Amino acid sequence: MSRDTALVSADWAESNLDAPGVVFVEVDEDTTAYDGGHIPGAIKLDWKTDLQDPVRRDFVNKQQFEALLSERGISNDDKVILYGGNNNWFAAYAYWYFKLYGHGDVRLLDGGRKKWELDARTLSKDAVSREATQYTAQDPDVSIRAFRDEVVDAIGTKNLVDVRSPDEYAGRLLAPAHLPQEQAQRAGHIPTALSVPWSKAANEDGTFKSDDDLRQIYGEAGLDDSKSTIAYCRIGERSSHTWFVLKELLGHQDVKNYDGSWTEYGSLVGVPVALGDEPGKA
Amino acid sequence: MTAVTSAGCAAPDQAAPLPASVDLEKETVITGVVSDDSGEAVAGAYVRLLDSTGEFTAEVVTSPEGQFRFFAAPGTWTLRALSRHGNGDTTVTASQGINQVSVTVAA
Repeated sequence: MSRDTALVSADWAESNLDAPGVVFVEVDEDTTAYDGGHIPGAIKLDWKTDLQDPVRRDFVNKQQFEALLSERGISNDDKVILYGGNNNWFAAYAYWYFKLYGHGDVRLLDGGRKKWELDARTLSKDAVSREATQYTAQDPDVSIRAFRDEVVDAIGTKNLVDVRSPDEYAGRLLAPAHLPQEQAQRAGHIPTALSVPWSKAANEDGTFKSDDDLRQIYGEAGLDDSKSTIAYCRIGERSSHTWFVLKELLGHQDVKNYDGSWTEYGSLVGVPVALGDEPGKA
Repeated sequence: MTAVTSAGCAAPDQAAPLPASVDLEKETVITGVVSDDSGEAVAGAYVRLLDSTGEFTAEVVTSPEGQFRFFAAPGTWTLRALSRHGNGDTTVTASQGINQVSVTVAA
């Protein structure tokens, strides 16, 4: 993978709004932004109600994913362009789903909703509906999804990348600083995990940094190219952003997103936890 | 009003009253308004909270009245606002409780 096959620019998007076979999809946890104005023609996906299982803590299964995309009018051969707020966190999470379920051509809009707004590009409030399709998903590709046991086994053997903010990593905060800090699970990080906040990979307008800059950032942080990598954050969306950078932009071979992330790991009984700014020992 | 949920990461409604669950004996809240150089509130500005080393910590979008709010920790923080009307930043030394800050943007 590379930037050419995984990303599109805002300029490209603006000139392909009506292109046949191109579907723009806004993905957010809070879809009021979409309702207040979206990229013309874009449909919306709600991270919580559309992409999460309503009962178990898991995301939609193959049949649910097929039903969702069929109902929203996305075909297997469409080029899907994902974008959203929060510097594309939830769009990157959705990108990871589309890859997990084997979609052919899916890309992120570089800079997401933020760059689009800061550039003062057109937003529309028009309702968008697409004709239903018969979408067929592949079996989930678990080579890009990490589960808790393999995360515990990865301590001291694989690259673990903690992409939360430095204060969350050290255990000084339990959640991002725009949310109340009342969670009950233990604070800290997985021993041996490197701290590389997701935001290191993004410019302030939300676009991704250049490949050279990205290679330098992860190299200086101590990421060993010869090893497999598991990225995690708090609930798996910021780590999708870093998964996208390592796997889709830089082309690392074996990169998994641990979507259970700290809200699972920090609540497990008996697993090791490290506190403070250093990775800690296996 | 939009409830602030602990499960999610999206920016909550910046104009909503502080949820009853927020304990100001424990929380360090940094809040204020983004305005332009003529003093008009700027809605839809992106406000970034940077720690004392300049590292990005969090980002929210201002309410229709230009308001923003962060739950941080005591210490020195920089607030950097990006908008169609230009950018600007302010430094604040925050302590426990509510810390009121204003940020002005200019092209």
